[in-house]
Amino acid sequence: MNKDILLCGVGGQGTVLAAKILAATAMDVGETVHSAETIGMAQRGGSVTSHVRIGEALSPLIPEGSADILMAFEPAEAVRNLQYLRRDGIVIVNSMPVKPVSESLKGTAYDGGSMIEYLERKCDCIVMDAVRPDSAKFLNIAMLGVAAGTGRLGFTKEQLLAEIEKRVPRKFLDANREAFEQGISLGETR
Amino acid sequence: MVKEYVMGNSAIALGAIAAGVRLAAGYPGTPSSEIIETMSGRSDGDIYLEWSVNEKAAMEVACAAAYSGARSMVTMKQMGLNVAADPFMSVAYVGVKGGMVVVAADDPGPISSQTEQDTRRFAEFARVPVFDPSSPEEAFEMIRDAFYYSEKYNTPVLFRPTTRVCHAYASINTEESFQIKEYEGFVKDSGRWVIFPGLANANHEMIEKRNVRIGKDFSSYRFNTVSGASRKAVIAGGVSCAYAGEFMRDYPELKLIRVGTPYPFPEDFMLKALEGVDEVLCFEELSPFLEENVLRLAGRHRLNIRVHGKLDNTTPLSGENSADIAAAVIGEFYGISTDGGRDLSDRPELPVRPPVLCAGCPHRAAFYAVKKAMEGRKTYFCGDIGCYTLGNAMPLDMVDTCLCMGAGVTMAQGFHRVDDEGTAFAFIGDSTFFASGITGAVNAVYNEADIILCVLDNSTTAMTGHQPHPGTGKNLMGDIAPKISIEKILEGIGLEKIITVDPFDFNRAKDAVSECAGEKGVRAIIFRAPCVAISKPAAKCEISRNCINCRKCIKETGCPALIVAEGQVAIDSNLCTGCGLCANICPAFAIGGAGNE
Repeated sequence: MNKDILLCGVGGQGTVLAAKILAATAMDVGETVHSAETIGMAQRGGSVTSHVRIGEALSPLIPEGSADILMAFEPAEAVRNLQYLRRDGIVIVNSMPVKPVSESLKGTAYDGGSMIEYLERKCDCIVMDAVRPDSAKFLNIAMLGVAAGTGRLGFTKEQLLAEIEKRVPRKFLDANREAFEQGISLGETR
Repeated sequence: MVKEYVMGNSAIALGAIAAGVRLAAGYPGTPSSEIIETMSGRSDGDIYLEWSVNEKAAMEVACAAAYSGARSMVTMKQMGLNVAADPFMSVAYVGVKGGMVVVAADDPGPISSQTEQDTRRFAEFARVPVFDPSSPEEAFEMIRDAFYYSEKYNTPVLFRPTTRVCHAYASINTEESFQIKEYEGFVKDSGRWVIFPGLANANHEMIEKRNVRIGKDFSSYRFNTVSGASRKAVIAGGVSCAYAGEFMRDYPELKLIRVGTPYPFPEDFMLKALEGVDEVLCFEELSPFLEENVLRLAGRHRLNIRVHGKLDNTTPLSGENSADIAAAVIGEFYGISTDGGRDLSDRPELPVRPPVLCAGCPHRAAFYAVKKAMEGRKTYFCGDIGCYTLGNAMPLDMVDTCLCMGAGVTMAQGFHRVDDEGTAFAFIGDSTFFASGITGAVNAVYNEADIILCVLDNSTTAMTGHQPHPGTGKNLMGDIAPKISIEKILEGIGLEKIITVDPFDFNRAKDAVSECAGEKGVRAIIFRAPCVAISKPAAKCEISRNCINCRKCIKETGCPALIVAEGQVAIDSNLCTGCGLCANICPAFAIGGAGNE
């Protein structure tokens, strides 16, 4: 199995943990995995990406036009990284924008809407709307749920959930399971 | 054997442990920091580990271990080697007994650095062998080879991973147990260990002759390889090999020459690899190191070969390579057309996202207090290396200069020398103060400068991932370490005005700045509040109906937790830490919560 999954978002949104869970699940089912992370200054509110490459990859970074799934935790970040998506790939995008300070200062009205509109016009796209006020904390797990729901990951949702349960704090287990299931339902619409 | 999925830096750490390393020392710096951290998590106390006060200290600690026959490792980012250059250049002359590997991680891009310097150049400069891994798996193998060659030739060796190797993840097979390699201990021999001009002269000649032998030895080294058999060849090193390989694996007949040991250049290997080749493309990051070596070789051996790369603008002159750049440049070289990809020319304008100080960061409050206290006066704000460099962004705009570790303290003195009207401030973090700020402070006192030294003490090394330092009362061996007081250091060197203040206590912080600004000499303000990433936030701020939507809070602080939602100022409760800086600023007293009623 060769699969390239690109996760993108803003520093602090939880892309790194989601990428680790994907990589660990793929390894559990016997695949070779490589991944690469943004670490350092960009983690302070900058654009971040995690590249997960399942199968025999040489480059740690996904080449443009190769990602089977683009998991975007933020609408503008989806558009920023769209060149990585395969022609038949799918975008899973969280509709809630993260507004950079520079936008708040300028008073411009970036709200993510034009990004979502563009994505829907350009590619196969699943838009995830946040469902609860504290959902930012469970965003990464919900996103994994959507990806699993599409059936495109190459492993089952049960295999993925087992890995999630190993890695999230016990007291947030139920909330994470709920976020995951909600994601699955959305993903299964495709 | 255990299969583990690890970061490249962890692979380096585990490889060093497998090699029987006795001592490892380093100073944090992206992309190298996780090497020592991994060792700290894996060693049960047999391996001596330390975060040294800076890279020079780390290098010297390791030299003594290496003189004693023990295997030692030093880790740092590429610019750390500039700090450690003094002992490094000399230990290259003196040589070692136990294997000594200096890991200096390069940062093409640069992604988190001031420069795009190329450590392969440093290897050539110091006449020291260098290993250049292309993946985490290879780094795990290669670091053990590095120790072997270090001992074989009694020389320190450089190990140069780059960001995309350091921060890539892959599976490696590790041993369940490890043993420290046995060592003899230090044997007194002043003719060997005391560097004098005579010894330096003799060793210089020995080193030049030895390096020719190492180049021959490297010609059969397992990570210098050739695949394919075409008349046109690609030569690559480091992660660029992986990018080139990703493109070229669909064309196995094309020749790919990869160099894992750039210095001493494996000339015999390259001469053989270039047989039947009449045109080469050198694909590498940072500087045309391989390219220049191939040109030199072609000149000396009168090879009829055209050489492309950075020097003829075939490949990018700066920045990091990628699989896409490889496809474009190598595709062009071989006349293979590549897929143009998706047309995204119509995409909407994207918001820019420069990194910013976190919501609730005490540095923001400290900068704001200085800014307000000094409003309307001529100032010089000399910044330094750390999270607080981000104080340069609008709306704070509180960093006028940033040069290198510790430079703010001394540059502030220089500004005062050429302009005695302005007030010169130096902003320096706690870890940076210990690393290289103290000598600058001594310089200021000794030379009777007029500066205000602001130590932004958040009790950690935040930017690189919260490593302990001499002021934290912890060290890597898990001991309760002496907690070194910044105030006492400053008192000890003779400062008479030292004010410690909580930056979130806005009025006191501002008054402290005004008080210092009204005096002469070296004055210090220690702004002390813990980094929000390591302290639990108190509560969230809230905006009441009294908000007049003037947005002064946003315009003054630039805090990422203050947003505009549906035309109204709002607080992002996922980010707010309740620091209350905005509550101090609000003209309508509309921000409360978290004890800021």
